Amino acid sequence: MSARRHEREDPDRYFTITGGRRDASLDLVALVVAEIGPLPGMSSEQVRILRLCRDAPVAVVELSAHLALPVSVVRILLRDMLADGRITVRHPVSAPEPEQLPDLETLKQVLVGLHNL
Amino acid sequence: MDSTTSDPPVAETSAAAEIPLRGTAADGLKIVVVGGFGVGKTTMVGSVSEIRPLSTEELMTRAGEGIDEADAVPEKTTTTVAFDFGRITLNDRQVLYLFGAPGQQRFWFLWDQLFSGSLGAVVLVDTRRIEDSWYAIDRLEHHRMPFVVAVNRFADRGPSLPKVRAALALDEHVPLVECDARLRESSKTVLIELVRHLTRLHDRPAGEDAR
Repeated sequence: MSARRHEREDPDRYFTITGGRRDASLDLVALVVAEIGPLPGMSSEQVRILRLCRDAPVAVVELSAHLALPVSVVRILLRDMLADGRITVRHPVSAPEPEQLPDLETLKQVLVGLHNL
Repeated sequence: MDSTTSDPPVAETSAAAEIPLRGTAADGLKIVVVGGFGVGKTTMVGSVSEIRPLSTEELMTRAGEGIDEADAVPEKTTTTVAFDFGRITLNDRQVLYLFGAPGQQRFWFLWDQLFSGSLGAVVLVDTRRIEDSWYAIDRLEHHRMPFVVAVNRFADRGPSLPKVRAALALDEHVPLVECDARLRESSKTVLIELVRHLTRLHDRPAGEDAR
């Protein structure tokens, strides 16, 4: 765990960015792709997200780390950008359902990937 | 863990730009490494990750400590909990994210999110503080999240695996292995053991819950 500024834990700041909303529909490892470039009038956070996701997909949790914003705050930003068509999201497709095992094909792929490390 | 400094957070430098995902990446997978403070979670994540481990945080409300009504709590009770992660590109489409999750009870709110859709978990154990792992194992069993237990042997040898198994009251079928979380091959072996365990669980008779 890295050093963090206390000021970044100020909930009021997050409230300003998100308008006080919550959203948990985007998985931590959902992959975000920018569909347009930054435009005048966008918030600095939106501009940074679009730049980070311009050339390759970036996971929600990686955006959170690079923006130094809590995951739930990033989710709110992404939800708005998704609604406006500024980004698209590639949702996890191989994740097991609750209390279910991952399917065997997924496990095989993971095993091959790990062996190749 | 927190410190007061006016320096910009290290995470601001973009490792995503340095080592981006493949343009075809479309399917994120998760494995959670859980354990007590200082047991070596970040070390394990870092030893196999293709990027320098990143740290981020999630908002946590006081309600997150025990009841399932986070939305009912006023915003002013919000604090943050930090966690680390890394990633391994498996193939053109799939990328595996490894999360280091603090094992203490007060962080269970974060766990719910990490466990959601996870393939399974690694419980990393320091034999000098075995009791730190009890809660994590209890929650994993409660969530029916399959897991393996890895004893991080970075210092002295410590108690034998059978003694560790007894101290953890660990079911016989749960794999218990030794590792050195600093070493890529060793951490890799732990992850492979987890995937093999998950594969074996497919062969268990339907309706058998124990994992």
